[in-house]
Amino acid sequence: MKKKLLIALALLITTVTFSQRDSSLFKRVIPDTEKTVMNMDAIYNRPLLRAGKLPATLGGYVEANTAYFSEDGITEGLSFQLPRLTLFVSATIKQRIKFLTEIELEEGGREINIEFASVDVEFHPLLNFRGGVIMNPIGSFNQNHDGPKWEFISRPLSSTTIIPSTFSNVGFGLFGKYAKRQWVWGYEAYLTNGFDDRIINNSENRTWFPAAKENAERFEESFNGIPLVTLKAAVRHRKVGELGISWMGGVYNKFREDGIDLDKKRRVDFIAFDFKTVLPKAKTYINAEWVWAMVDVPATYTQQFGSKQRGGFIDIVQPFIKKRMLGWDDATLNFAVRGEYADYNVGKFKDTGGNISDHVMAIVPAISFRPSSQTVFRFNYRYEWRRDLLGNPASKTAGFQLGLSTYF
Amino acid sequence: MFQLAKKIKVLAALVLWIVTVVACQKLLPSAPADDELLDGPVEGLTPEQGAVFLRGDVAFNDEVFTKETGLGPLFVATSCGTCHAGDGKGHPFTTLTRFGQSDTINGNLFLHLGGPQLQHRAISGFVPEQIASGATFSKFTPPANTGLGFLDAVPDAAILALADPNDANADGISGRPNLVTPHFYSALRPNSIPANNKYIGRFGKKAATYDLLQQTAAAYNQDIGITSSYESFDTYTGQSIDPEVSNQTVLDVVFYLKTLKAPVQRNQNDADVMAGKQIFMAINCSKCHAPQLTTGISSIASLSGKTFFPYTDLLLHDMGSSLNDGYTEGLALAQEWRTPPLWGLGLSKNSQGGQYFLLHDGRAKTIQQAIELHGGEAGNSKNQFVQLTEGDKQKLIQFLESL
Repeated sequence: MKKKLLIALALLITTVTFSQRDSSLFKRVIPDTEKTVMNMDAIYNRPLLRAGKLPATLGGYVEANTAYFSEDGITEGLSFQLPRLTLFVSATIKQRIKFLTEIELEEGGREINIEFASVDVEFHPLLNFRGGVIMNPIGSFNQNHDGPKWEFISRPLSSTTIIPSTFSNVGFGLFGKYAKRQWVWGYEAYLTNGFDDRIINNSENRTWFPAAKENAERFEESFNGIPLVTLKAAVRHRKVGELGISWMGGVYNKFREDGIDLDKKRRVDFIAFDFKTVLPKAKTYINAEWVWAMVDVPATYTQQFGSKQRGGFIDIVQPFIKKRMLGWDDATLNFAVRGEYADYNVGKFKDTGGNISDHVMAIVPAISFRPSSQTVFRFNYRYEWRRDLLGNPASKTAGFQLGLSTYF
Repeated sequence: MFQLAKKIKVLAALVLWIVTVVACQKLLPSAPADDELLDGPVEGLTPEQGAVFLRGDVAFNDEVFTKETGLGPLFVATSCGTCHAGDGKGHPFTTLTRFGQSDTINGNLFLHLGGPQLQHRAISGFVPEQIASGATFSKFTPPANTGLGFLDAVPDAAILALADPNDANADGISGRPNLVTPHFYSALRPNSIPANNKYIGRFGKKAATYDLLQQTAAAYNQDIGITSSYESFDTYTGQSIDPEVSNQTVLDVVFYLKTLKAPVQRNQNDADVMAGKQIFMAINCSKCHAPQLTTGISSIASLSGKTFFPYTDLLLHDMGSSLNDGYTEGLALAQEWRTPPLWGLGLSKNSQGGQYFLLHDGRAKTIQQAIELHGGEAGNSKNQFVQLTEGDKQKLIQFLESL
């Protein structure tokens, strides 16, 4: 299967490369920068290439970086990484019927994932149907995660380890948007397959929602027959910013098999807030997300696996110089900083009443250079404090990352 | 004006870059001093031994068991490292409960009801054990792992030389070894000195465990619910089942435990610490907490013929009624406990979540409390401690915290 996919991808890339030899065959579809665009539009709002009269548009992005980290004075040295190469194919099948797929090759092709593959049918701007492999719209990062959009090489902890970005599932649902004067409202509502009991039965030794991504069968069938519900509402004021609130919840365990009751239904729920804005005068870009996760862990299981998690991040990006640089018009040099926190076990020990720790916090100052909005060179310094379950002195990890991410 | 602002911006960016590059090393966290850590290998391992140590380290600290890899179904912890953070003492969260044996004659009468160890956690769909009605029990805080190889390599003769079972010197202290029957898989130590076909146990709160192989195989089995060819009986069904951990992994972990370094004393030349040590000796704490032992011949050269400073005699002592939980193991009486090594004591807080949980069950939250809970053979020393001036008490505690 992997082999076939790789061959298909190679053919796809070859086609695009051929098109690029003759610029008349090749047309770049510029993403919409209109102020009605919201996080929910991120899936289609990407730079794509149309080759000749092909009905499909193609695109993708690549991320590459080098990193030098030291944990408590011990370093593994310098390493070079290609964390992901992502390809998009989009097509307008018929008026108001669209298709887009996003295929991601991670870690040099070791993992190939279909992150998104859905057909969208527009009945009305307020009523669209989406079916296929869907990215559950919990928080904003899960849908709006393309590397070139970010000034930071590492993805936010809370958006990858609490919300298991990029988390996609098979399902369907509705979405819509309404704009009036300065305001834009949007909603999304999906039913999909969801989590399984790996979230509390994994080698991370903690409640670990990304473990659900290991279950490739979720693209074939539900683990327990109960759909995962994801709802998101967002509002945007064109001068103020966008605020989103989202909820994702369902049953994660196999409570019945072959008609035999095995357990009660155990729920997992997430609530997330996201906000982004650009301060008008300074053009400072602020993007933040916070999530709470609640999971019903059996009382007789170990408290190593927490029933509550929380975390979030805030990114502040300040454009510093914007002008023609090194031959690129409108190149931008940005200073940025990220603060982030993830607590994987919110609660108290039954045995002592003391707080359970198991949390991590980090600060990431960054400099980024954008020759264009679609390409970013990033230099990040990261300092991270990580405490174990018992709250013992934090292990400290720090290091430098230098990387490039670009749409193509 | 605009040109000047531009130049300032570029200059600021350049300065930032230079500062960043120059400060690179400063911006990376430094390694804690060797004497601040309990983990790390003994000096002098060969590259081959280093590789085994690393394998054992990974199996001990990183390997987490799941349902699929054999966890439980009843268990206490999901990995070795869960109970021994940083190879230090454990926390009440992972305290073990043993039950069912109240004397040295009848053995454990509750083996059929889950004894001797309580598995108080369970994977989904299973019910954890409860302490059987009528069974006495004791809670055991996981010990530190450091320096275990040195303790393992002490010759029997050296331990027996410290014993005084009949208190022949009339000092009120009468340590004796616990005598146990090694499991079939344990190789006897060279120059062992058996008594009635029993051998000196030296690990565990009551010295009921013969060697680190037994300790490791039993911990996999009783703590995590993992069977091996050494301990092949599933704790839930009582049936012999396929091994869930390989012999190689068990042996790697044993090697890792054997070759963890001995804790390094800190501030040993500090005047108060030195004075505290004098007090420690003067009030006879050192009669049981023997400062110095020497290893015999070991197959691991780094452990052969080494003098080390564990502050234990590895013997059982009557600690009085307040530390008598009514539970015992092997030939130890319920009020008898093996002298715990004091090395690494000052670093215990770093593995116990920032506070002390001392004595066998973590009931003492300070070193002073732990001393004051001593009784029995340690009663005289405890009384002398109580009569010390506050300053001398603090010096003694400073000494203990330096270990």
